[in-house]
Amino acid sequence: MKKKDPTAVTMAARTAVILFVFVIIFTGLLAGAYLWTKPALEASAAEEKMKLIDEVLPRSAYDNELLKDTVMLPASPLLGNDEPTFAYRARKGSQPVALVLEAVAPDGYSGRIRLIVAIAVDGGIAGVRVTQHKETPGLGDYIDPKKDKNKVRPWITQFNGLTYAAVADKEWKVKKDGGRFDFVAGATVTPRAVVKAVRKATKYVAENQNDLYASK
Amino acid sequence: MIERDEFRSIAENGVWKQNTSLIQILGLCPLLAVTTNMVNGVMLSLATILVMALSGVAVASLRNFIPHEIRIPVFILIVAALVTVVDLLFNAKLHELYVILGIFIPLIVTNCIVLARVEAYAAKNPPLQATLDGIFMGVGMLWTLALLGGLRELIGAGTLFSGIDLVFPDLKPLQLLPADYPGLLLAILPPGAFILLGCLIAWKNWVEARAAARQQRRAAPVAAGG
Repeated sequence: MKKKDPTAVTMAARTAVILFVFVIIFTGLLAGAYLWTKPALEASAAEEKMKLIDEVLPRSAYDNELLKDTVMLPASPLLGNDEPTFAYRARKGSQPVALVLEAVAPDGYSGRIRLIVAIAVDGGIAGVRVTQHKETPGLGDYIDPKKDKNKVRPWITQFNGLTYAAVADKEWKVKKDGGRFDFVAGATVTPRAVVKAVRKATKYVAENQNDLYASK
Repeated sequence: MIERDEFRSIAENGVWKQNTSLIQILGLCPLLAVTTNMVNGVMLSLATILVMALSGVAVASLRNFIPHEIRIPVFILIVAALVTVVDLLFNAKLHELYVILGIFIPLIVTNCIVLARVEAYAAKNPPLQATLDGIFMGVGMLWTLALLGGLRELIGAGTLFSGIDLVFPDLKPLQLLPADYPGLLLAILPPGAFILLGCLIAWKNWVEARAAARQQRRAAPVAAGG
């Protein structure tokens, strides 16, 4: 008996089935790889976040799982965030120690400057770091301590220990504008933006502190 | 197993005769974007070698199950799935290396070299040969991109190996030209890549034309005698 030539329809159906089988196999492969690597990927993302937080708040200062103790901050002009962000609440023996939150300076020399700020429960700034910026290399980028030529006392550390209440509003400025903060001549827009953003973030925490620590 | 002649011809094809960048002129998009310095070019090529070898072995093993009519979508499926799996595995298991190579891996999906070699070679040859073809095509790309990146970097900024400290923290980039070298921005910008690639292609053609001429001269007396 001679085999019949396949018609167009059976041909199309056969290739469709084969393609479908390939899609199932390779989608399965992708899903498997995703599920298998997911815990490791999450761990390394958390580790990177912790490395950043370590720069503003030493790990010895708290004993809770910082990344799990979060509170959502709605978009606020004081923080400069367009979308809700998270603040991390550091506690030691269930007593609040500090808040770690993100702040955005919208008015950098070339675009937004993203900051991470740690504010202790007494209102004092524990540390500030720039996480993302596009300031001019070699000029405005001294806000990042890795690029700052002053290694002993990088520019960004002059916020440490200050509180919103203890510094008068007109002091929250660079020296050129009559305030108390240093700047590097030729690049005042950048520090001005950072000082303003830090002031607003400390103000936000000072106004909302109780809610921030209490809310679930 | 594979014979020595076949191995040699695969290697020769990949590294010189069918060089992806100089002869096939494939994958120009990552080539332009990445070869602003030598280290980037080498890193992209290393990631490409890995993906080409894997997709070669995968397609060659499955080649008898893939109907001719739908081979291209199936190839794309295989390549895209493999690249994504490599990306995930790298990130999870070799995180330090991933931080360096990571941004280049997704770029490879868009690289037509992979699809071209799968279609032209792996779909018609056994897995071992297809793997070797992938590796040597990648090696061909590696030296070309390294050369192109090195030239652009040297002409554009007067340095060599900039960015090496991201791969090996102890090493420092070399400043070959005087520190007050003003730099030639054109070499760093994409048009500079096109111009230098053109020069490299011309150089390769010149080398081959010379070799051909020498061979002709050697053959000539015999022809005259006969």
